[in-house]
Amino acid sequence: MSNAAIELRGITKRFGKITANKNVNLSVYGGEILSLLGENGSGKTTLMNMLSGIYYPDEGQIFINGEEAVIRSPKDAFDYKIGMIHQHFKLIDVFSAAENIVLGLKENGRYDIKKVTARVKSISEKYGFDIDPDKKIYEMSVSEKQTVEIVKVLYRGADILILDEPTAVLTPQETQKLFAVLRRMRDDGKAIIIITHKLHEVLSLSDRVAVLRKGEYIGTVKTAETDESQLTEMMVGKKVSLNIDRTESENTADRLVINGLDLYDENGVKVLDDITFTAKSGEILGIAGIAGSGQRELLEAIAGLLKVSSGEIIYNNPKTGDSENLRDKTPIQIRDLGVRLSFVPEDRLGMGLVGNMDIVDNMMLRSYRRGKSVFVNRQSPKKLAEDIIKDLEIATPNANTPVRRLSGGNVQKVLVGREIAASPTVLMAAYPVRGLDINSSYMIYNLLNKQKENGVAVIFVGEDLDVLTELCDRIMVIGSGRVTGILDGRTADKNEIGLLMTGTNGGAENEN
Amino acid sequence: MKTNEKHTREPLFHITKRSDIVWWKAWIIRAIAIISALIVCSFVIIALTKYNPIQVYKTMIEGSFGSERKIWILLQNIAMLLCISLAVTPAFKMRFWNLGAEGQVLIGGLASAACMFYFKDSIPNGLLIPIMLVASILGGVIWGVIPAFFKANWGTNESLFTLMMNYVATQPVAFFIMVWVPNGSSVMGVINQMTKSGWLPDLFGKKYLLNIIVVAVVTVIMFVYLKYSKQGYEISVVGESENTARYIGINVKKVIIRTMIISGAVCGLAGFLLVSGTNHTVSTNLAGGMGFTAIMVSWLAKFNPVVMTLTSFLIVFLQRGAGEIATAFRLNESVSDILTGIIIFFIIGCEFFINYRINKRSKKEAE
Repeated sequence: MSNAAIELRGITKRFGKITANKNVNLSVYGGEILSLLGENGSGKTTLMNMLSGIYYPDEGQIFINGEEAVIRSPKDAFDYKIGMIHQHFKLIDVFSAAENIVLGLKENGRYDIKKVTARVKSISEKYGFDIDPDKKIYEMSVSEKQTVEIVKVLYRGADILILDEPTAVLTPQETQKLFAVLRRMRDDGKAIIIITHKLHEVLSLSDRVAVLRKGEYIGTVKTAETDESQLTEMMVGKKVSLNIDRTESENTADRLVINGLDLYDENGVKVLDDITFTAKSGEILGIAGIAGSGQRELLEAIAGLLKVSSGEIIYNNPKTGDSENLRDKTPIQIRDLGVRLSFVPEDRLGMGLVGNMDIVDNMMLRSYRRGKSVFVNRQSPKKLAEDIIKDLEIATPNANTPVRRLSGGNVQKVLVGREIAASPTVLMAAYPVRGLDINSSYMIYNLLNKQKENGVAVIFVGEDLDVLTELCDRIMVIGSGRVTGILDGRTADKNEIGLLMTGTNGGAENEN
Repeated sequence: MKTNEKHTREPLFHITKRSDIVWWKAWIIRAIAIISALIVCSFVIIALTKYNPIQVYKTMIEGSFGSERKIWILLQNIAMLLCISLAVTPAFKMRFWNLGAEGQVLIGGLASAACMFYFKDSIPNGLLIPIMLVASILGGVIWGVIPAFFKANWGTNESLFTLMMNYVATQPVAFFIMVWVPNGSSVMGVINQMTKSGWLPDLFGKKYLLNIIVVAVVTVIMFVYLKYSKQGYEISVVGESENTARYIGINVKKVIIRTMIISGAVCGLAGFLLVSGTNHTVSTNLAGGMGFTAIMVSWLAKFNPVVMTLTSFLIVFLQRGAGEIATAFRLNESVSDILTGIIIFFIIGCEFFINYRINKRSKKEAE
């Protein structure tokens, strides 16, 4: 039997008291796609960072093509022909694709961009990439940028490719295209490791699946011999039901009416273009779209954080029956009007929470103004923090732990817990399950559903179309800041949504 | 396959961040740092001066605690440094780098001196001193709030702005000294030497006691303000993340300006204490670099006002000790500066070992 392209033996990595990887044994062969599956915080990225030279293992050995290897820096990793495509792209916007690809490469001889372009083209043809080497990065879509990153590592002669959640930013169509390319690279004899937590992708793409749970290596199975429920069980450690209950909406009323919203960013680029929709009480309205299509701006405009240039945001108060226009109002003014608007922003630690503060102080963010005293009252926030820790099963030493020390899922539970505790009438959540494990994700879905049953108008910005179509009552699709369609969540089709996302259908403008 | 020799060996050290450290372990590390600093200093002393290091350290301690008078001067110096450190702390907690304490203190001091010079003994001390206090605080506030206003409205760089305001502040002081001292020596003598108008009174016959009490009170107020008040909480939120502050509806501009008013006011108070309670005169060198030393005091204490009493004690103790050995052993001032430099280097450097752990290559694998 030939040697594995990569073999890990007894790899252990600790950060302080936390063991991120414990005695992991794993091997990948040339000409296969291995999925590395695990919940968030299970140590997938840490493990791969040890292969790409970002971290150094505390214990264990790495063998590459049968020889022991020591990878101390990303450069060492390149020397071993390991290339990693990170979740966040590392490209220079004003450079062309070809320029980015050769950037930092020390080749002998004169810098010859024509030669580079020719080689990029030949790599692209070989694997079926769709790439224009002369196109500047800032003109590219997310999927094109990803292609550049992949070509970049291939150009450096990588034989082992590691992709960290490559599909997180892609539409279904783009994902299919990426998978086709990956299959071709596999057939060419490359070893490919893909980090993911989307089960259906694992099943459709990979040859074998390795599962990590809480830093421990659980096992490797052949994809052909497994199914979703077995993989989930391996990942979570117990059986999990993967169904989202979608109750019928009752007593819906127009809670938030958005009318012709236009918004320009600080550079004068139009990011929201004539957005019109209605959020109803007792209903979950999903917002689908490619990342960066204006979802963040829309929610921030409604929350009073961004100034719109035209349009109106009408809130119908269920208590008084009054209608208020929230446009040009600050968050404080909105609250003073008695509008109970909760907002779970995309940037949890940069906006929703303060990472260096403990859970109690983060609970206080919403409530500290209460009362006339000049001093803050930490008693009720402490009580709230303890309740939320208990109800949402937040894993934390105590309520006085800084939020940044918690894992992603627990951070999100703190944030969602606080926003729901304000008993909102409108709840906006942007990517609330991004980076969360299966258990936590389903807990968040259930919380949103419970809010819906309580008559809250829920606005849910999501990225996983499977979840959107299972959870939402209606799905609004936006592309480049425009509403390209509003569909019934019960009948919507993923491919239809995907087409609307790219704006090739239904938009005011067609890409010709 | 060709394997590079250096690739096959694990690095000798690698550094990992500590997630948490028990408080007594941190203090052991600090104690080790101070002891090693003293050992290193001993070698330097022997190499440079051939004196007995123990003798030198003894003199250093005597410089601060040698006599009752020296203890009072020590306490007074600590009080003034602490006062200015307290002033910069709220701004620093808000990540507003107020490097302009020097100028804010100076303008505060100038305001007091002007009151003393113009009112002379025309009004009783009971009225003059409150007027001076208000004038000083107002001066400090104006000097502090100008950069804050520009930062809040146009996002100017506060470090540069406050730093340059220091140089601007020396000009009116120099100007008024010229006006008040017509003989051209441009040195202001003690104001109201005979009448002692505008001089802070001695308390229980102790010259600096009132200064020290005032600063002690300010320390407690600042501690409570930062830790328990709503405004203190807003300062922390703005400092940690302006986006979060906006998200929960804090008016970031208002907080920046309000906090710099407080910072400038305490600087003004320090200027008042220096003129009215200590020097009874004004010069362009009134703050004497304390506006910058205060930054170190505040940082070393991680912005905790109570811990700042310790860090300002440490700095003042080293300064006084250094001065003492320079005179006692007839040394060049530079030698004592080298010694304080070494000690401060070790104290700041040990924070690295408190935050990070160094893992050595284990023996088994090294072979």
